[in-house]
Amino acid sequence: MRKLPFFIAEAFRALRRNAAPSIAAMVTILVTTLLLGVLIPVLKASAQTNSGVRSQLDLNVFLDSNATKAQIARTGKALRKLDHVKRVQYVSKAEAVQILRQRVGGGPLKGGFHQLKHSPLPANPLPPSFKVFPDSPDHLNLVRHEVAPPGSNGKPQPLTSAIQEVTSGRQEANKILSVTGAVKLVLAVLAVLLLIASVLLIANTIRLSIYARRREVEVMRLVGAKNWFIRWPFIIEGILVGVIGAGCAVALLWVGKVTIVDPLATDFALVNNFSTVGFVPLVAALVAASIGVSAFGSGVTLRRFLRI
Amino acid sequence: MALIGSRTTRRERTRARRASHAAPPTTTAQRPPVVELREGTVVYPGGHVALERVTLTVYRGEFAFVVGPTGCGKSTLIKTLIREVQPAGGHVLIAGRDINKIRARKVPLLRRRIGCVFQDFKLLPNRSVYDNVAYALQVTGGTRREIRRKVPEILRLVGLQAKIHNYPDQLSGGEQQRVSIARAFVNHPPLLLADEPTGNLDPETSIGIMQLLYRINRTGTTVLVATHDREMVDKMRRRVIAIEAGRVVRDQAVAGYRDETTTEFAMRVRAEMGVGNGGRPNGHGQEQA
Repeated sequence: MRKLPFFIAEAFRALRRNAAPSIAAMVTILVTTLLLGVLIPVLKASAQTNSGVRSQLDLNVFLDSNATKAQIARTGKALRKLDHVKRVQYVSKAEAVQILRQRVGGGPLKGGFHQLKHSPLPANPLPPSFKVFPDSPDHLNLVRHEVAPPGSNGKPQPLTSAIQEVTSGRQEANKILSVTGAVKLVLAVLAVLLLIASVLLIANTIRLSIYARRREVEVMRLVGAKNWFIRWPFIIEGILVGVIGAGCAVALLWVGKVTIVDPLATDFALVNNFSTVGFVPLVAALVAASIGVSAFGSGVTLRRFLRI
Repeated sequence: MALIGSRTTRRERTRARRASHAAPPTTTAQRPPVVELREGTVVYPGGHVALERVTLTVYRGEFAFVVGPTGCGKSTLIKTLIREVQPAGGHVLIAGRDINKIRARKVPLLRRRIGCVFQDFKLLPNRSVYDNVAYALQVTGGTRREIRRKVPEILRLVGLQAKIHNYPDQLSGGEQQRVSIARAFVNHPPLLLADEPTGNLDPETSIGIMQLLYRINRTGTTVLVATHDREMVDKMRRRVIAIEAGRVVRDQAVAGYRDETTTEFAMRVRAEMGVGNGGRPNGHGQEQA
């Protein structure tokens, strides 16, 4: 390690003296890091919706808006008695507003429905409901039949008269799942292809820059330099290229986040609601990956010129 | 193998005795061998036999030439001695050690003990004269202080103290070769190999380079020079190993060997070659003749 200053000085000298290939390698790293930096949060966000949908496998038993407390209590008791029901959760009218507000964000609903001016709706049009969780997602339809068994005329005959409608998240869930699944697959394939392409591209750029200097390596060997003595400056050079390339990419990503994503997030609930991967871990991972790829690329490429 | 080796030694001794009236004060018989090639055979991929059962010994402090036409195996011989090329058969001993038995990891250590000079100089184009010479010291782990002391010293020896911060492409061929010699000698290796050191240079410059190699030889370093410059070799009056088609065809000390100072040497060679008085064809013309 006594030689570390020498190696670093050598790496800087090489960067200065071979500016064109060094810049090519840096730009390659910059572009791929930038693309990955955009793609990874998008992938992560789509994965998030997916898991949200998965946990929504329950039945929503909506009651009549004007149902009395006694009717509600009776319906709750009946629902709890059913087979394959794990848990029943009552959602009052007020809680329904809360949930809606959560989904669509604050804004006009901030103070509840009665704050809305010129509303044609009654104070709170949302009905009370029960969330019925089956003991397994497979029993969802079974429970649904129990809650509202089809009558002789084909129309469902609900358990109690207060029950207005029974919906399950399943139909929607299936649709959303299949769509997000496809999107996720496409994005994942793109990301993998991009990753392979970038590794090859970076490796090739480094290879070319080292190939241009193979005579230099040959001379070093003839003077009696040990392999690692030759290799270290190249690896440090690779690390420098990685740091600079990834650094520029991170700077651009940050600018993009501040100027494009952040203003959107305050205006659109949708963007805000997606909790994606944090900026700092993302940046750390990207920088580490680009440094690793470029340093490893330099080291491996050099190997064929170091054979004695 | 050992038998053949000892026979070679005996032949060397006989030759040394025969030439004893002209030989330097210490006879080769009393000196340990620095380079020993025993039945060395080198076959390149594709089947070309570059060296065929070459056996020769160079003793410590000797100045010897390897001569022969282009493609006869001179360069291969030099490359074999620094293990850039490994022989298909036979043994290569440097200072009594079989260099093909040492581990690949240790090869750099071997090369640090052998100075190497090439026809195309092999300087690092991105480094100044100073840094090119310094690199040979940095490789061996030389401290900064050591480098600062030794590099100007060696550059003074080769007469380049004024061009210390120039880059190789700003130097003439002769100057570049001087840098290359400085780099080869800065670690004071016991053996200096030169592969066509004057191949790209004019006769006047060549004499300067040869004078430099002779000066290095006089410090006790064994010098082995591969060249096709017959005229120069004749004027040097040193041992000549002639190779043709990968075989040693002649190995003898040229008569008239004299111990002389480097200045005497340069003056004599210049006078004999007519350089400076003008009008003699250079080494390249001789080679084709």
